[in-house]
Formats: sequence, structure tokens, C-alpha cells
Amino acid sequence: MPQKENRQFLQGNVVAAHAALAAGATHFYGYPITPSSEILETWVNLVGDPAKPNKSPVTKEPLQYLQCEDEMTSGFAMIGSCLAGKKAFTTTAGPGNILMQDAFSAAEALRIPTVALIMQRGGLSTSTVIYSQEEVTLTCLGGNGEGFRVVYSPHNIQELYDYTIKAFNTAWKYRYPTFVLGDGYQGKMHGEVNLHTMDPKSYVKPKPILLSNKGKNKKSVNLRNCYDQEEEIYEIIEKYRKDFARDSKKIAESESLFLDDAESVIISHGIVSTAAKEAVGRLRKHGQKIGFWRPITLRPIDLPGLLKAVKGKKEIIYIESALGQLSRLINDELMSSNDNRVRNVRIKTMFKPALGISPRDITDFISKNVS
Amino acid sequence: MSARRRPPKNKSSQKNSASNSVLPSFPKCYKKNSKPHKFCPGCGHPIVLKMLGQAIDELKIQNKSVFLIDIGCSLLAWDFYNIDTTQTHHGRTIPVALGFKRANPEAVVIAYLGDGGAYSIGMQHLVHATLRNENITTIVVNNMNYGMTGGQMAPTTITEQPPTTTAPFGRKEKYLGTPLKGPEMLEKIGVPGQYIARMSVDVPPQLKLTLKKALQHQMDKKGFSFVEALSYCPNNWKTNAAETIATLQKAKQEFPTYEKEL
Ligand SMILES: Cc1ncc(C[n+]2csc(CCOP(=O)(O)OP(=O)(O)O)c2C)c(N)n1
Ligand code: SF4
Repeated sequence: MPQKENRQFLQGNVVAAHAALAAGATHFYGYPITPSSEILETWVNLVGDPAKPNKSPVTKEPLQYLQCEDEMTSGFAMIGSCLAGKKAFTTTAGPGNILMQDAFSAAEALRIPTVALIMQRGGLSTSTVIYSQEEVTLTCLGGNGEGFRVVYSPHNIQELYDYTIKAFNTAWKYRYPTFVLGDGYQGKMHGEVNLHTMDPKSYVKPKPILLSNKGKNKKSVNLRNCYDQEEEIYEIIEKYRKDFARDSKKIAESESLFLDDAESVIISHGIVSTAAKEAVGRLRKHGQKIGFWRPITLRPIDLPGLLKAVKGKKEIIYIESALGQLSRLINDELMSSNDNRVRNVRIKTMFKPALGISPRDITDFISKNVS
Repeated sequence: MSARRRPPKNKSSQKNSASNSVLPSFPKCYKKNSKPHKFCPGCGHPIVLKMLGQAIDELKIQNKSVFLIDIGCSLLAWDFYNIDTTQTHHGRTIPVALGFKRANPEAVVIAYLGDGGAYSIGMQHLVHATLRNENITTIVVNNMNYGMTGGQMAPTTITEQPPTTTAPFGRKEKYLGTPLKGPEMLEKIGVPGQYIARMSVDVPPQLKLTLKKALQHQMDKKGFSFVEALSYCPNNWKTNAAETIATLQKAKQEFPTYEKEL
């Protein structure tokens, strides 16, 4: 995938903004909130003087930004720019993510390819701004919708870059609101990254949704999200459900390690996976038959990959910086299987809501709780 | 009233109508198969929409306009025109409009919403769109209540108005606050050059003129333009035709005709 190499040592949020640039994004809307504000600030610097803005390296169009009056504006203005056929994006966290669900549920209803970079805060409410996985449920299933969304959960700075680029292409290819779910730690941490150019083959060109047809005898596009017949909206949800099931096969991604001979499998996602992978490596050195699986997309979950990781194993161990927000998503998928080799697998959990998790924490837990 | 909203019976009546007259022309940009429209009999919305349709026809902008509507009775207009249209959420129409305009500056972008959407739940958007002089046209239909949800008190509900369901003893300002005057408020914060107007639905030709000026303002890239249309809601006012007209006349004392290029 990497095209032209460009190695740098940068902060995660700065990297995410550069990824949007490399993906061909042109319009940004945002409202400051820790720990995502540097994405807004970096993009503002990438745009330069709004009187003579810099151009997108991909589309050659002038870059734009707007610091909005609130997150509803950011979300809905992003929808407006997407309707006009531009790759628009936003960033937020915590209470801002709550307000932005207003727009995300509209985007879900109208299949608008919005892209949001969420840097999770610790819950409850305003709480903390560093290490956390407490916005999984909100990002995957927030709003009065059914979760017809794509959510990428990168586990290091390079993935933050790569999957942010990918998020724009997925959004515009399949027309779902798409999210990259980082956290305060990933956003604020510095690390080495290759800011490579996008693979031109993966580029999905945006197209206007309204005013797309300028011909003389044009038929208008009249969209709505409000229905008076239950059957009408049921039909639409059914169509979306089928579309999402079909597209999931192409969108869903996961990563696994040492599954072949593993008796126990650690399941984690995002930043926790960095520690989990390190821990699994150490435990393997001590002869422990432990494997690892992580969903890269939290919506949709890679079900075939998951079943392969779980089937016939003695136990799975969920490790999360939350009280089971990931495990609820995964257990839900596992319940859909009627294979006893999946259903009989024992479940253990190491939940440390809003706490950082180190490889040592994990090896200690495994030594104590896994034979 | 109802005769006004009927399409012309034959071509000759269409021909006879000079471009500035109100009756009986049926705007070209109407989506004919969505008529009759979905509003209550005697509602003011269709009058505003008809005048807007005529303004769009006269400016020949049907194919470059986007019509963005709120949740409120405006949502009933989702297929009113043969013009690209979308509904948004209650109060969020102005953000969608400015996001569209920033991405397609050649489009004529119309945000159409009720007084609850513009002055209550979406007030911050109206204020900041004005301050930033966003080059969009905002049309607010002020019927002095929350029409779609069954006639609750709105920021624009006035003391003299028929009681609303959430101010059943009338709007006693001491307890329920003072009615909001949109254009007068925007004048205080507006940027020089902005077009701000209030017209009422009982004078359709003048209403059309203000709508046309507002759209022309946007087409001339002069920045934010705003029209409040003081409107009827007989359904929730629980008024017959004569009372509806009388209520609007009374309301005009609180919400007088207004037009300014700041
Ligand atoms: C976020 C949100 N809150 C509340 C509602 C319920 N609601 C729908 S329309 C409406 C009020 C509409 O009043 P107005 O904007 O004045 O328009 P009108 O119907 O009078 O034309 C409300 C409160 C909603 N749809 N969304
Ligand atoms: S409730 Fe009022 S504003 Fe809504 S359609 Fe009926 S008359 Fe018109």
C-alpha cells in the first residue's frame, strides 16, 4: 500500500489531519475539545490563509475549514458539504460525540458519507481525556438508528494514518457514515510514522448527492428522513440491513496472532491491542498456548474471522479500558452462531474502565487467571 | 383561500397572468404529482412556498437551487418542488445549508424553517451564520407556535394570540418570557450589506418581491439574506377564516413589515 515514503516523528492528532489531506479531504468542520483539538489546529495550518488557501494534493481544490459554534453545526455542515459532493470531515470526543450523534443519525438515515475522527475520553460524562475505550457503544450504535456505520479502531499511529485514509474511501464507496476511533493516548502520543501518499488505485472519487444532474430535463432528487407510514420506514431499514450485511463482507477487517495452537485467545481492540500483542509475545516465550484476535472494524465485525479465532478454544479473554463495551459487541455476534464449539467457549474479562493497560498488567492477569 | 392554491384550469389563464401577479399561475418548478400539497387547509406555508416557487421561476434558478427544510411543518414540503431537496433535523437546516454552499458556491442554497427551528433550537446557528455572513438565503415561517407538534408556545408566541397548549392562560411575559423579534434582533448583530426582511402571507406579491430580493442577494454573492414570513396556522390557532385573518392583522402590530439592507 505505501506509495511515496515520508517518515516523520509526530503527534497522533497531527498524523490524523495529514491522513485526511492525503485522502483528498477538502472540507473540515469542528469545535475544540480535548483530546482531539490538534486535529482541528493542524488542519487549519494545512489550509493556511483562508484568503489564499492551499490546495488539496489530491483534488487540487482549495482546502477549507470552519471552526463552528458547536458540534451540531460541525456535524450538519459536514453533511451539507457531503451532499454537494466534497470529502468533508470532523473530529470530536466525549460530550462532543454525544452532541454530534444528532448529525450522525441523520447521516445514517440518508446514507451520507461523513467521516469523523473520534478521540475517546474516559466516561462518565466529562471525565478524563487520556486513555480510554469508553465511546465504543456511542460511536458504533449512537443515535436513534441501527448502527449502519463503519467504525475503524486503529491500534497505533501508523494505523491511525492508514485507516483514516481508508475511512474516506470506504465512506464514499459504500455510503455509510464512517468513523476512526482513537483515544486521548493515541491522539496525544508522539511516534514514528510514514506519511506516505495514498495508493491511487484505492481512491474513491466523491460525487454530489444533490445537484448532481445538471441536464435540462432533470428529475429532482427529493430526500427525506421523516415518514408517516410505519411500513415505509420498515422497508428502508430492511434495505439498509441487507446492504450492510452485503457490504460488511468487503468492509470488515481483523487481525490475529498464534491462533493455530492457542487454547486461550485474548480479544481486545485499539490502543489496548498494542499492549495485548506485546503481552502475548512474552507469554508465548514462556510456552503459554495463547493467541490473539482483534477487530479492526468494530462495525461491522469480521464474523468469519471471529468464529475462526474462537471455535474450539478453551476460553476467550476480553481486555478493555471500559466495562465491556467491546465484549457486548462480540458476544452479540457469537450468539448468532449455533456451533457448540463456539457457544461453549468460556469467557473471562479484564475490564479497567478509563485506565491505561500495560503489557505487564495483562501478563499478570493471565498468570493468575489462565491455567 | 382554497381557490388561491388551485392550479390553473387551462393554459389561457396561465397566459393572462403577468409575471408579477399572484393568481392563478402555478409555478413551473412545482412537482406536480405531489399536489395537492400536504399542509392543512388555510395554512400559510403553501402561500410562502408558492411565492418562493414564482421567485425561483422568475430568476430561472430551478436547476441550480437546493431546497433544505427543517423538521416542523416545513418537512411537509420535501417533495413540493421539482428542485433538489432534503430534510434535516429540527433546527439544523442552516448548518446543512452553509456546508452545502461552502462546497458548491454556484448553487442557490435555501434554508426553509419554522420559527421554533430558527429562533429556539437552532438559534445559535442563525446568530453565527449572520455573524459570518454565510452566503445563503434563510426563510423563516413565523406562525407564532410549534405547528407540527400540536401548537405549543414558541419563542414568537405573543400575549394577544389565542392560547397555546403550553401557555393555556396566554403568554404571561412575567412567567413565560418576551416574544422574540427575529429581523430586529439580526439587525443588531448583522454585517453591513445583509438583506433582512419580514413580510406577511396576506400580501403575497410583496412577499414574493422580498423572497426574490433575498435570492438575488445570494446570487450577487452579497452574503446572508433573511426573510421572515408572518404566517397563518388556523389548525392550532383554532380559528375560522375570518378569525385567522384577524389574528394575523393583530400580530402585524407586534411583527411589522420590515425590510433593510444593512
Ligand atoms: C431535536 C428535536 N426536538 C424536538 C422535536 C419535535 N419537534 C418537531 S417539529 C417541532 C416544532 C416545530 O415548530 P416550528 O419550527 O415553529 O415549525 P412549524 O411546525 O410551526 O412550521 C418540534 C419541537 C424534534 N423533531 N427534534
Ligand atoms: S399545523 Fe399549522 S403550520 Fe402546520 S400545516 Fe397545519 S396550519 Fe400549517
